[in-house]
Amino acid sequence: MSVKVTTETFKKEVLESEVPVIVDFWAQWCRPCLMLAPVLEEIAQDLAGTVKVAKVNVDEEGYLANQFRVSSIPTVYLFENGQVKTQVVGLMRKDDLLKRLGLK
Amino acid sequence: MYDVIVIGGGPAGASAAIYLQRFRLKVLMIMKDLGTLGKTNHIDNYWAFENTVSGQHLVEQGVAQAERLGVTVVEEEVIGIENFEDYVVKTTKNEYQGKTVLIATGQAKPNIKVKGFKEYIGRGVSFCAICDGFIYRNKKIGVIGNAEFMLEELEVLRNFTKDITVFTNGLGLPLHIEEEITEKLVTEPLCEIQGDEVVKKVVTEENEYEVDGLFIAIGTPSSNDFALRIGAFTENNYIVVDENHMTNVPGLFAAGDCIGGLLQVVKAASDGAHAAIAINKYLKTLKTV
Repeated sequence: MSVKVTTETFKKEVLESEVPVIVDFWAQWCRPCLMLAPVLEEIAQDLAGTVKVAKVNVDEEGYLANQFRVSSIPTVYLFENGQVKTQVVGLMRKDDLLKRLGLK
Repeated sequence: MYDVIVIGGGPAGASAAIYLQRFRLKVLMIMKDLGTLGKTNHIDNYWAFENTVSGQHLVEQGVAQAERLGVTVVEEEVIGIENFEDYVVKTTKNEYQGKTVLIATGQAKPNIKVKGFKEYIGRGVSFCAICDGFIYRNKKIGVIGNAEFMLEELEVLRNFTKDITVFTNGLGLPLHIEEEITEKLVTEPLCEIQGDEVVKKVVTEENEYEVDGLFIAIGTPSSNDFALRIGAFTENNYIVVDENHMTNVPGLFAAGDCIGGLLQVVKAASDGAHAAIAINKYLKTLKTV
């Protein structure tokens, strides 16, 4: 299962996470984001224990979206040890996403 | 309410429509014009034509055949597909409702060739106003386009900011489109898109224009524009379908050149038939209201 992350919980859930974190910036009105959701849930299940999947609703968390200069959604970041490792923009299939994030 | 709305009247679309009609389904085929095939003068490798045949002849015959068998055909330009419980296909003139949609609009058109364009995709260059417009609330937005598709995107973007500039990139702008634009209008060709981490400005031969975001909606929407907005997977500008020609969006199918593979009439026609059979099966799985 993915975890919902807010400005308040971002530090603890993402930056201080002991495992790499995939962070999905999304919004309810964005169709590609909604279609990416099941892909990310599948990844969360497949990689449970080794990679965490977190979701940031850009509509509610404008500060985070600004901070990470999200200019197109869905945007997916991979964080490792508190740092952005890779960034992927747009809807894609599971294998493509994992490859582009550097997880496959 | 149509059972199937087929977008595109080429070999994939018309073949599908013909098969679907013969399953006694209610079929609407929407075509903008005769498409890429209609511009091909010499076809020598299609089965059962002793002499060279023109693409125009093939497309016209296919449409006539579909109409003779009972398919409703309209010549309109589709500018959007929406999916709630059913599908709504929006053209420049009408809106149609369907239980399923088949995209058969041919190969997607290539992107614009402007320096900096590729580098800034996802970093200020966007293809979907409804997805990304909000990110530019009260900021400077540029829109590149010259037809109804651009107006559709412009209408969405007007909800987010008043600071919009329309760039035609040197393309012709029909008067009825120009009349709808109340924003700044730049008709010179673009030379470069510049920025740092994100887009900052658009450079033309004569000027520079500051923008925070740049939305692309040139000409008429391609298959990948439809796919993007509705959340269908694409790969290398082709729509990804399963063995039944269905995308990852239930009820949305695609056939012909827009899904890649052999870009030939014979394959497109075959795709259309396959998709039609799959759509007929799919419709039977839907609950009847």
